[in-house]
Amino acid sequence: METFIQVLIDGMLSGMVYALVAAGLCLIWGVMDVINFAHGEYLMVAMYVSYWLGFLANVDPLMSTVAAGAFVFVLGVLTYKLIIRFTIGKPGLVALLATFGLAMFLKNVCMNLFSPNFRILSGTFLSDKTFHLGGLIFPVPQLTAAIMAVIVVGLVYALVSGTRFGWAVQATAMDRDAAELMGINTERIYVLVFGIGGACVGIAGGIMPSYLAVHPEVGSMFGLIAFICVAMGGFGSIPGAFLAGILVGVVESLAGFYIAPVFKYIAVFGLYLAVVFLRPKGILGW
Amino acid sequence: MTLLDVQNVTMKFGELVANDRVSFTVEAGSIVGLIGPNGAGKTTLFNCISGLYKPTGGRIVFDGEDITGLKPYRIARKGAVRTFQVVRPLKDMSVFDNVLVGAFLRSSEKREAFDRAAECIRLCSLESLQERPAGDLSIGGKKRLEMARALATRPKLLMLDEVMAGLTSTEVKASVEVIRRLRESGITMMIVEHVMEGIMPIADKIVVLDGGVKIAEDAPKNIVHDPRVIEAYLGSKYSKRYRALRGDGPLG
Amino acid sequence: MVNSLQRKAFTRKDAVWLVFLAILALLPLLPVVTANSFRMHVMILILLFASMAQAWNIIGGYCGQVSFGHSVFFGIGAYGAGMAVVTYGGLPWPGILIGMIVAAIVAVIISYPCFKLSGHYFAIATFAIVEIFNRAFLVWDWIGGALGLDYPLADEGLKNLMWHNSKVGYYYCALVIFVLIFGIVRWLESNRFGYYMRAVREGQETAESLGVNSTAVKLTAMALSAAMAAICGAFFVQYNLRVDPPMVMSLDMSMKFVLVTILGGSGTLVGPLLGAAVLIPMQEYTRALWGGLGGGVDLIVFGLLIILMVIKQPAGMIGIVRDVRSWFFKKRDAAKGDVPYDTP
Repeated sequence: METFIQVLIDGMLSGMVYALVAAGLCLIWGVMDVINFAHGEYLMVAMYVSYWLGFLANVDPLMSTVAAGAFVFVLGVLTYKLIIRFTIGKPGLVALLATFGLAMFLKNVCMNLFSPNFRILSGTFLSDKTFHLGGLIFPVPQLTAAIMAVIVVGLVYALVSGTRFGWAVQATAMDRDAAELMGINTERIYVLVFGIGGACVGIAGGIMPSYLAVHPEVGSMFGLIAFICVAMGGFGSIPGAFLAGILVGVVESLAGFYIAPVFKYIAVFGLYLAVVFLRPKGILGW
Repeated sequence: MTLLDVQNVTMKFGELVANDRVSFTVEAGSIVGLIGPNGAGKTTLFNCISGLYKPTGGRIVFDGEDITGLKPYRIARKGAVRTFQVVRPLKDMSVFDNVLVGAFLRSSEKREAFDRAAECIRLCSLESLQERPAGDLSIGGKKRLEMARALATRPKLLMLDEVMAGLTSTEVKASVEVIRRLRESGITMMIVEHVMEGIMPIADKIVVLDGGVKIAEDAPKNIVHDPRVIEAYLGSKYSKRYRALRGDGPLG
Repeated sequence: MVNSLQRKAFTRKDAVWLVFLAILALLPLLPVVTANSFRMHVMILILLFASMAQAWNIIGGYCGQVSFGHSVFFGIGAYGAGMAVVTYGGLPWPGILIGMIVAAIVAVIISYPCFKLSGHYFAIATFAIVEIFNRAFLVWDWIGGALGLDYPLADEGLKNLMWHNSKVGYYYCALVIFVLIFGIVRWLESNRFGYYMRAVREGQETAESLGVNSTAVKLTAMALSAAMAAICGAFFVQYNLRVDPPMVMSLDMSMKFVLVTILGGSGTLVGPLLGAAVLIPMQEYTRALWGGLGGGVDLIVFGLLIILMVIKQPAGMIGIVRDVRSWFFKKRDAAKGDVPYDTP
């Protein structure tokens, strides 16, 4: 029984991080109806930022999360201004393929600059520490990441649902033309939303070198899982993406432990198909 | 012979009753007009008959067969074809290709289908536009395309949903002519309209809906006298004018 | 947009295609072509990817259902042939046939529920399916698991569908597949099914109101598309002499199906060929030139090119051709003094 709860906890911790990555994508998808295929690569870039800050300047990932978040915020803004801007209004496939090209670009730039080697940041403030409660083990880096994830997702949700800016975002999401007519600068909203979406995944990536190895391929699976979470949670629903993230983390953990590691992702993707065949609009979609 | 028999059709969306036990018949070879204020449930009724919605209650019998709740393509294949109020051209296909898709319903052989499509295009005065992408047409052109496309399927019952909205009065007169010619060729029609000049002169029977309920079903000359219809929709000014034009009533 | 007023079964465009195919058929007779093995390899790949893209074009371009799952069918085709030769020690042909049938059946089974999904949900579902198959195949011992299948050396020739000394045999094989798939699509395009596919793409509900059984159309298109993709997969394994799950059943491979078609021009007959004719040499030559520099410089360039192409001209190369044509005709007509056509 204890093992079961341990596996559950591990799943929830990684699930909350998935939720953070997904929340960023959810915001972008919900407002602009764009699938950012490069979202996983944003994570990878953030991890590299954090890694190099740690490796070269001895900055702990705890601190560099902010820098990583800011870096990917800028990356998101640039992506919008240079690429996404031209895909708005065109069929969804255009943005998807364009961001696929971007993903390929980012992945291979990093491969070129930093080589495909796995890089591990050792000796950080958090790594190798564990927290014990009852018989259960909470690895501190993952726990910190999970707590940060919950806080950031909460903040983003509060921003979108409770502030004037957030309402402007929602209005733009529902009907861009009507929002424009109300005096909302929808172009600026789009820029900021892409930036914020990027920042979410940037923060996640910032803390990850505490417990994950950094390499150019690390983002791909996270990206796919983010799509799954957002779609499962329902278009435009941040709480949905959050729930879906946790669900995915738990299923991945349970499947990996009780069946076999390779079944982790079969279970996750199978879960997506099951959910979406039963509820085509996702769990909480509108 | 009764071609369409709508029996107590009810359509509910949650608590909202869009159609409340609506019943009427459409005789073969006739033109039935369906009028009423906005929100009366006319397009909802069309959607129930054409299969887009499954009615919550009631039965729809077409040509002797119960078609209630059948899928739209099946109903179209049986010969009940509708146009859409908000036009839906197949945008990236040419006007000709649009109509061809309709024609292919009855003729799987290309040559036959091509001929049928050309005929319907001529009938609806679309020849000069037939190679253009359907999305490029003006609203009048798109409405004529809706009609040509539906016609190409050789329907027994053609259901037209507000084909005259947004047309100039010359265009309305032209449309009325097309509909007359169609009736002469034996097609039965059910027409939803707001443009009274477009429906009253040609309809054999008018069915009036208001708030989801049928409030009248009668010949046009009687409908204009019906106080409930005047109250709900026509207004007394039109009623007087219609009677004057027809020569019965105080001014005739 | 297809100009369908052309009622003749055999048009001038068809004549151009025939001439082009004749040239392709005669190319290997030129020693200047066959002498360079790399050049032959590139041409074979162009034909193969053009065929793959055309297979995807049926469901993705004409029918408008953008699926990222075609690597599954490609893989089934490859494993069909591969199993026949490696696991059962026979000829590839029965394996190819079985691969096609299995691919079509799998396509229908998995796409039936997927078609109830719209837009992005559908696309993501197809990603999910590829990933599931990818991992399932990795642990499936009967088909060789992660180790994959390695071809033993056999006598070369048509019977074994294998050639060792020169690539000419493979070239003609690829050409036959190309002609077959393009021929099928050409036939579909001008008959009722082709119009129905396009109607479903342009407006499913509208098509239904005209009597089109959209579900049947989509499933049929999917089955056809999958079977064609499987044939390509079978050729691939016969050419490559080796297959393993990441090689064929990956999201990257699926993206290739989509990219080549879209960048060439989806929903058109010649688009897939244009896409392959431009992208494959670009991919192979950048890899030959810069792949050695390490760190995927070729892919960096490729990624940038994809971005540029997609945002500048979403209609693909066909769109570029059309723009050039209409610019040219506009200049000519302006010189003649013609007034441009007004929309009524």
